[in-house]
Amino acid sequence: MINLFEAKNIQKKYAGHKALDGVSLQVPKGSIYGLLGPNGAGKTTFIRIINQITAPDSGNITYNGETLQQKHISQIGYLPEERGLYKKMKVGEQALYLAQLKGLSKKEAKKKLHYWFKKLDITSWWDKKVEELSKGMAQKVQFITTVLHEPKLLIFDEPFSGFDPVNTELIKKEILSLKKDGATIIFSTHRMESVEELCDHIALINQGKCILQGSVDEVKAAYRSHTYQIQFEGELNAVKDFEIISRKINSAVFKAINGKDSNHLLQQLLTHVKVVSFQEQLPSINDIFIQKVSE
Amino acid sequence: MNSILLIIQREYLSRVRKKSFLIMTLVTPFLLAGIVVVPTYLGMNSSEERNIAILDESNLLPILETKDEIIHFHYVNGNVESVKENLDSEIYYALVHIPSSESLEELKDKITIYSDKQVSLSVRGQIENLIENKVEKIKLAEAGIDSQTLKDANIRFELNTIILGDEGEEATGNAEASLGIGFVSGFLIYIFIFMYGAMVMRGVIEEKTNRIVEVIISSVKPFQLMMGKILGVALIGLTQFTLWMLLTLVLTTVAEGFVLSSPEMMANTFQGTPMEKGIMMNQVSTAFGGISLGQLTFAFLFYFLGGYLLYSSLFAAVGSAVDQEADTQQFMLPITIPLVLSFIMMQFIIDNPDGSLAYWFSMIPFTSPVIMMVRIPFGVSTGELLLSMGILVVGFIFTTCIAAKIYRTGILMYGKKVSYKELWKWLTYKG
Repeated sequence: MINLFEAKNIQKKYAGHKALDGVSLQVPKGSIYGLLGPNGAGKTTFIRIINQITAPDSGNITYNGETLQQKHISQIGYLPEERGLYKKMKVGEQALYLAQLKGLSKKEAKKKLHYWFKKLDITSWWDKKVEELSKGMAQKVQFITTVLHEPKLLIFDEPFSGFDPVNTELIKKEILSLKKDGATIIFSTHRMESVEELCDHIALINQGKCILQGSVDEVKAAYRSHTYQIQFEGELNAVKDFEIISRKINSAVFKAINGKDSNHLLQQLLTHVKVVSFQEQLPSINDIFIQKVSE
Repeated sequence: MNSILLIIQREYLSRVRKKSFLIMTLVTPFLLAGIVVVPTYLGMNSSEERNIAILDESNLLPILETKDEIIHFHYVNGNVESVKENLDSEIYYALVHIPSSESLEELKDKITIYSDKQVSLSVRGQIENLIENKVEKIKLAEAGIDSQTLKDANIRFELNTIILGDEGEEATGNAEASLGIGFVSGFLIYIFIFMYGAMVMRGVIEEKTNRIVEVIISSVKPFQLMMGKILGVALIGLTQFTLWMLLTLVLTTVAEGFVLSSPEMMANTFQGTPMEKGIMMNQVSTAFGGISLGQLTFAFLFYFLGGYLLYSSLFAAVGSAVDQEADTQQFMLPITIPLVLSFIMMQFIIDNPDGSLAYWFSMIPFTSPVIMMVRIPFGVSTGELLLSMGILVVGFIFTTCIAAKIYRTGILMYGKKVSYKELWKWLTYKG
């Protein structure tokens, strides 16, 4: 797989405190890449480095095979966690201004804005002042200004904070459709449920270090605990090489002891009960996150 | 379009379109005119008649009389206590009591003025003058000197001042007018730097508290954002200044029209109009100490812009280091000290516009915008002027570099009480 973005051994120090300590990441083209980590882990610093808001002390970054530089700015769209708009400016005017700063011509920007305003059903807001908008409304505008210039790399820092469930769904849908159109998306959050839903790859950052990365499936597989949940009918007996962790009338959870696999368990079970359902219990990203961070 | 131009455009348009800009621009010339006109008008019309009772028990002074139609003296008789008590405050403004005395010398500090409210300074001054004049006449007569002889011996001299230019050209100077122009332009620069500097600072704080700053600096460099804001506000300053000048011109023209429209004024003005006009123009040009109005305007704009650029980047740095305007105070002090100092120094510089103090303060870029403007109407050599301007340019490039480093880190720092030590660290961060 080709990587759109690669960071090698990034170091960044603030007044004696190491914000990033040798972080290396590869973001595959066309993927949604989850950047996870507790508060203060260094996610925002890393994102700021990608956006060239701050420079790393050492390490190198490539974008599409080239060293990251000023000209790439127009190919990156960034929705920061701490986001805002000029309160006294009109919505349309402001969106135009931000789009032009990203290098779009006024005419082009206007055309695209009209398309997006229509798509998100906010055309009537064009002449409203930002201070008249609710927080959720303002976030829609911010979302549009982030994606308007059709960036190849999109960075969303906690994109759903402050959105109501309806708008969250809407934005999720838009993010997935951006991915379908070929954009690569870096998605920073500490809300795990949206990670499993959206991300293909994840990296876990803690205390300035990248402690885990890979595709969601790989990571989950690596952290599997070899436990299986079954529902059955009949009289359940003990099974060789597996211990029963929990047990209810018609269901039980087994854990492999000697590294035996699921087929082994099934074979034994089939001899004395009728299996209704059988599922491996994979750890959620949330479990892995908590386990890794508290290590 | 270049992004810095976009930023300048936004900063400019968003401010120019504000109602407060329009109001400020329209109202300020009236306010300034008001500050000048109202006291003059009130002073001219303080024609309230004042009756003053005089109780003279000394019999040493002749009868006091005024040519003034506002103050009337009425001599009264009787005991001072009873006169004081029976004085009708509806009629009499004050009572002057001259007690009995052996001689005029003894009387010097014994005269008292009674009133039920504070006696106005001008009334007291007038009475003091009257008495002093009478006493002087008596004393002169006693010494056998005719007052006319004394008058003839007293000839007032006025010196013509000529300023020699670098190329040996001569120009008529007028110290009073130079003083006025120097003071006014120095003062204006002082006010403008504060006004527009604070505008930049508030703009930075607004962007920071709005949290829009991170979105913008992901598109442009922080330095571009800072310079765009500074230059945008500079254009606001120039626009406002130009409008004020135009408005003042219109106002004075209109005022002149009013004056001319009253018939008696017209009669007065038309007597020998060509001559008077000529003399007036002459006075205006001598007022600039041989410097043309154009040169003065150029110098003013240069020092306004230079001083503004020097200080506004520092104001921007302060704005970036805090979360709200209330926290700016600790960092404002080192910025305001040189400005306030130059304001205070103005009066000393006016006394001695060519002293070494004046020289050094007009070279140091932090004080030169105000101080040099004070000195220019008195005549400053071209070399000195160019040196000062050059240092100012170097100065604002220097402060802008420093400010940009603080700004770059500051705008992304939230919820942290920043100290000077912290600021110093920011200066050393790698971009």
